[in-house]
Amino acid sequence: MIFSGLDPLFLGDAGTFEMLLIVLLKVLVAFALLLVSVMLYIWWMRKFISAMQNRIGPSRAGPFGILQTLADGIKLFFKEDLIPSKSDKFVFKLAPFFSLVPALLVFCVVPVAGDFSSGGDGTVTWFGNETFVQVADPHVGILFVLAMSSIAVYGIMLAGWSSGSKYPLLGSVRASAQMVSYEAALGLALIAVLLKSGTLSTHDIALQQNGGITDWGLVVTGFVPFIIFFIATTAELNSPPFDLVEAEQELVGGFHTEYSSIRFALFFMAEFMNVITMSAVMVTLFFGGPSGYYPSFGPAWLWGLLWFVGKVFIFVSVFVWMRGTLPRPRYDQLMDLGWKLLIPLALGWVLLIAALDIFDDRGFGSGPAQILIAAICVVAILAFGALLMIAILKGQKKREQEGEEVFG
Amino acid sequence: MSILNFFKGFAVTFGKLNHASKSGKVVTTEYPEEKRSKPARLHGRHVLNKYEDGMEKCIGCELCASVCPANCIYVRGADNDLENPTSPGERFGFIYEINYLRCIHCDLCVEACPTQAITETKLFEFSFMDREQAIYTKDELVVADDGKPQNLPWEDWRQGEDEHTSEWMRATSPSGSADFVGLVQWAGELGYGTRKPESSQGPNNSSETAPELSPEEEVH
Repeated sequence: MIFSGLDPLFLGDAGTFEMLLIVLLKVLVAFALLLVSVMLYIWWMRKFISAMQNRIGPSRAGPFGILQTLADGIKLFFKEDLIPSKSDKFVFKLAPFFSLVPALLVFCVVPVAGDFSSGGDGTVTWFGNETFVQVADPHVGILFVLAMSSIAVYGIMLAGWSSGSKYPLLGSVRASAQMVSYEAALGLALIAVLLKSGTLSTHDIALQQNGGITDWGLVVTGFVPFIIFFIATTAELNSPPFDLVEAEQELVGGFHTEYSSIRFALFFMAEFMNVITMSAVMVTLFFGGPSGYYPSFGPAWLWGLLWFVGKVFIFVSVFVWMRGTLPRPRYDQLMDLGWKLLIPLALGWVLLIAALDIFDDRGFGSGPAQILIAAICVVAILAFGALLMIAILKGQKKREQEGEEVFG
Repeated sequence: MSILNFFKGFAVTFGKLNHASKSGKVVTTEYPEEKRSKPARLHGRHVLNKYEDGMEKCIGCELCASVCPANCIYVRGADNDLENPTSPGERFGFIYEINYLRCIHCDLCVEACPTQAITETKLFEFSFMDREQAIYTKDELVVADDGKPQNLPWEDWRQGEDEHTSEWMRATSPSGSADFVGLVQWAGELGYGTRKPESSQGPNNSSETAPELSPEEEVH
């Protein structure tokens, strides 16, 4: 019975009626909380970004303008829903949901709370049943996140294609190219974490990091995978500075140019929901999830929840900070960054971590052998980096020469 | 190093979060609650002025209507009742209508008026629910008994905004000639007396220097 309680997908046992209720409750609460947090995030984004731009931001609807998103949502619901006559109507209507549903699903596998104090097992006991504070903990865990974020590309691609219009199509072509390229870097950065944790389950990954900051994925994998993951996530989310998909100055609105009313709102809801869920995924992978300092009083799951929300909040704010600071790169710069820097770096780092792990297994884990291995690795990385730089510079020079021949 | 310059941008935006600092100063005006001060010669809606004795200045000559590029003014003059005249002289404007859906606030009517009867206030914050309301008649345009513009319920007047309604008149001489700079070329006005010329156009200032506008009136 305990096993089925821990497994909300009922892979082993059908469980009792109580468990079914708990699962239903979790689904409902997760859905509602995610929607509310999107609302709050949009408000916070607008407030924070206007504070960085000498403005005051929304201030009319509710205290501090906190209900502004709600007002916008209601307005969008009542606006006219235009469907272009040249569009593929079925796909046009379907596309927003392709965006929104994956955004909702990704959050299901993120451990939100629970006893993640040092030595805790990450469970809570509700109504006499031991369970996780996450909607589902499938064995494929983090692969599910990758799969869902790939499906989200379909939403954008189909939206642009079915609009029957030039700019949305250009936007969606950009989107698919960008997301496919950065998916590779994202996956490779993820492998570094998986090599260290040895499991795909998000719950177990979070649980392994509850021993303090030195146990966090960030430190264990050596910072670089996190940086790659962070940049790739920003590109994957089409969040500024990588919002070439909807670059207003070039593509009107990008893939959602032809959308109006609530369908338009769904795209934006999905986009901002993705920012939250990907922040949550990053917190889970690199920042110990709900782990942290747990005071001795109060329920443990509450402290876990506070730690988790706090960490996600910091990430989300960093995304807004980037939005307010960085200018958009050119499209070739974006592709260069992805293919020539992030993917090789992520690949190299995976090899390094794998090599160190193997040496560790063979008993070279301590003493002078370790220093020697580290030195060899540093030399290898430097040589690798130098070769890469040469390749990049040569390529750049060649392109400039070609450009001179054509235009000069 | 270029990569460090990249991060300098983050410091700039973060520094702006401190609203007490010079670069982080909030520039937003919370509009309906507070208003920015308006330029002294802003062109708003019109008023029909009166003399100090309460007589209307308009003589119904229709010059304003003929000069109006938007054709938004409709005037009809009529003979004054000899026993109980509305304006000094033979005739007065007995119909005076301005359609604010057409008016472009160019102030040509003000320039054309031989008696300075029509001037513009600095009020532009008014709205209508239908087209009929957009046509202001004499009932709305003529100044009140204290010489100030009427504060109509659909207009957003604030404390002090109905002052200086004929600022333009005082700013330039009526004929536009530099010979008249500093000379009072206009009649007294109900509630204000005879308005003085602006200081920058007074006789003490040399006409070589560029004329300065009077400092913006603080209107809140």
